[in-house]
Amino acid sequence: MPTLNRHIQLKELPKSPTGIRGLDDITNGGLPKGRPTLVCGGAGCGKTLFAMEFLVRGATEYNEPGVFLSFEETEKELTANVASLGFDLARLVEQKKIWLEHIHIDRSEFEQSGEYDLEGLFIRIHLAIESIGAKRVVLDTIETLFSGLPNTLILRAELRRLLGWLKKKGVTTILTAERGTNSFTREGLEEYVSDCVILLDHRVSDQASIRRLRVVKYRGSTHGTNEYPFLIDEDGFSVLPVTSLGLNHSSSLERISTGIPRLDTMLSGKGYFRASTVLVSGTAGTGKTSIASQFVEAACKRHERVLFFTFEESASQLMRNMRSIGIQLEPWVKKGLLQFHATRPTHYGLETHLVTSIKLINAFKPDIVILDPINAFVTGDNQSEVKAMLLRLLDFLKMKRITAFFTSLTNAGGDATEMTDVYISSLIDTWLLLRDIEIGGERNRGLYVLKSRGMEHSNQIREFKLTGHGIELVDVYVGTEGVLTGSARLSQETKDDAAQLARNQEIKGKQFGLARKREALEAQIQLLRSQFEAEEAEALKEIGNEKARNERFVQDKARMAKSRKSDARTGQQPAKPGTK
Amino acid sequence: MKKKPKKPNSRRSKPRRANLGKKPADARSDKWVLRLYIAGETPKAVAAFNNLKLICEEELKGKYTIQVINLLEHPQLARDNQILAVPTLERKLPIPVRKIIGDLSDTERVLVGLDLVGRNAAKY
Repeated sequence: MPTLNRHIQLKELPKSPTGIRGLDDITNGGLPKGRPTLVCGGAGCGKTLFAMEFLVRGATEYNEPGVFLSFEETEKELTANVASLGFDLARLVEQKKIWLEHIHIDRSEFEQSGEYDLEGLFIRIHLAIESIGAKRVVLDTIETLFSGLPNTLILRAELRRLLGWLKKKGVTTILTAERGTNSFTREGLEEYVSDCVILLDHRVSDQASIRRLRVVKYRGSTHGTNEYPFLIDEDGFSVLPVTSLGLNHSSSLERISTGIPRLDTMLSGKGYFRASTVLVSGTAGTGKTSIASQFVEAACKRHERVLFFTFEESASQLMRNMRSIGIQLEPWVKKGLLQFHATRPTHYGLETHLVTSIKLINAFKPDIVILDPINAFVTGDNQSEVKAMLLRLLDFLKMKRITAFFTSLTNAGGDATEMTDVYISSLIDTWLLLRDIEIGGERNRGLYVLKSRGMEHSNQIREFKLTGHGIELVDVYVGTEGVLTGSARLSQETKDDAAQLARNQEIKGKQFGLARKREALEAQIQLLRSQFEAEEAEALKEIGNEKARNERFVQDKARMAKSRKSDARTGQQPAKPGTK
Repeated sequence: MKKKPKKPNSRRSKPRRANLGKKPADARSDKWVLRLYIAGETPKAVAAFNNLKLICEEELKGKYTIQVINLLEHPQLARDNQILAVPTLERKLPIPVRKIIGDLSDTERVLVGLDLVGRNAAKY
């Protein structure tokens, strides 16, 4: 894949890197070299800063000096304005890396009589380019010409000529233009600049401002076509091409402890996967932050770096609360292994949150990032946007092989516990669910592993206890009465013991009775047997007598036959007459 | 820099006529410095110069100076004087500075631009 990309890039037209973070990724290397690019957008969307950063980065990082022709602001104003981004224009001008020139046009000062051309402008640009050997030119905002000078026809023709001329000079040009109502620019400049058009947008949604950038057109090059959020801050412009990251991050086999031994056991004995995404969801007060903190402490003990974004508590409040359950976080903050970043979600827009997070992550280079809680971002019906943001953040974290740990607050009651508010369940690798178990006027915490990709995990509910020395997991009572926790569990266990004892005794009694029955039965059998034996003896005796009598009868008959001299035949069958 | 000061011989008679004339607004300015910025001797530049000369002869005879500046030779002056379009006629004196762009073929506009329109109107 990478080799293929490189191959394509070689074929693509040469590019001039902007040095603006993220933009070069979207455009596969920068703006078209030696050609004009149109940057358009509404008022205050950052056109001038965009252009200025292009020049400053060019001058400082790519050794390409640049000319900035400002039609609106004077040199002084410009220098002052971009100083807030950390650009020292005055020095760059002194070093002949940047040429600033204000082009003043005031309609009231001009009278037109007959035809004219803009050769004066050409001469000025030429002089500027030649003086510093510029490779980059910015015209900000060239449309001012249209309001400043009469005769649009001439201006259009001259503009076309100017762009052609700049192309011939081989300088990479940025033109900025104000967004029109039905077109990208008020004066239809996109007609003239056919190579690359970038649209900047600044909108307000839910009272939070969102800046977005889109490459509308880029002739002869592939480019990301999405709207990308961007941010202007003290380090200049940054664009977030995070959606272009995709799913090609490598997975890790390394396991890291959760900080809670029993929880490790539940996750096949080893804890979470490194660079995986862990979500702890639960209703209010179920101990989500505590589980996160325990994880943080364990990580810091392993000398890993942790960045903790908290959206509900201040850092000191969080540390104080954790101290009460025996988790000490201050030492790690002091050691520089742990950094808190506490902001209100409503403080700025989602994109800004995302960009700020990514910037902080890039700066701190953590092994673990905690977001507590993620659904603080959800206001009204922006769930899909929150999901998109988290997706971008997750992809980014996975790419950086950072373990992400999110907490999510779910609504109490109902069946909603397995539904996170932001529907990010599909993005999660290991999902721990905390729930309240309310029995016998008591509220206890239960924990179970809802899912954990790629490992065997326990299917058991554990009771989750916050003690003075951290989190403990206890087996819950699972019996005929259902799942019991807390004192209900204890009392049920006692009840069970008593019942067990009673049952044991009963069994013993039954066994005893049985033995007795058996004895009685056997005695009866014995009796019957002896009766039978007596009868049998009697019967046998009679049978013997009968036999003897019979024999005697036969003998008597034979004797009688002998005496009567009967024939042999009858003598041969002595039994027959006997039976008659 | 091509400086083409207009013939000094006509100077003496003209101011008098101007002072006598119908224009008190103009009276304060008896010295006109006009600069014509061009970029090479293009047809437009030549036309502008000729048109300007005609108008000056008509309106400001004897009290004007025309400086023709070729920006190709003095590009720095384009920045210094905020010149974009050529030809540009700049009224250096009397102040305030005024600019007229184009080949000056529309005399009416030039007169308006140079603030000579009152005099012109009084003629009729």
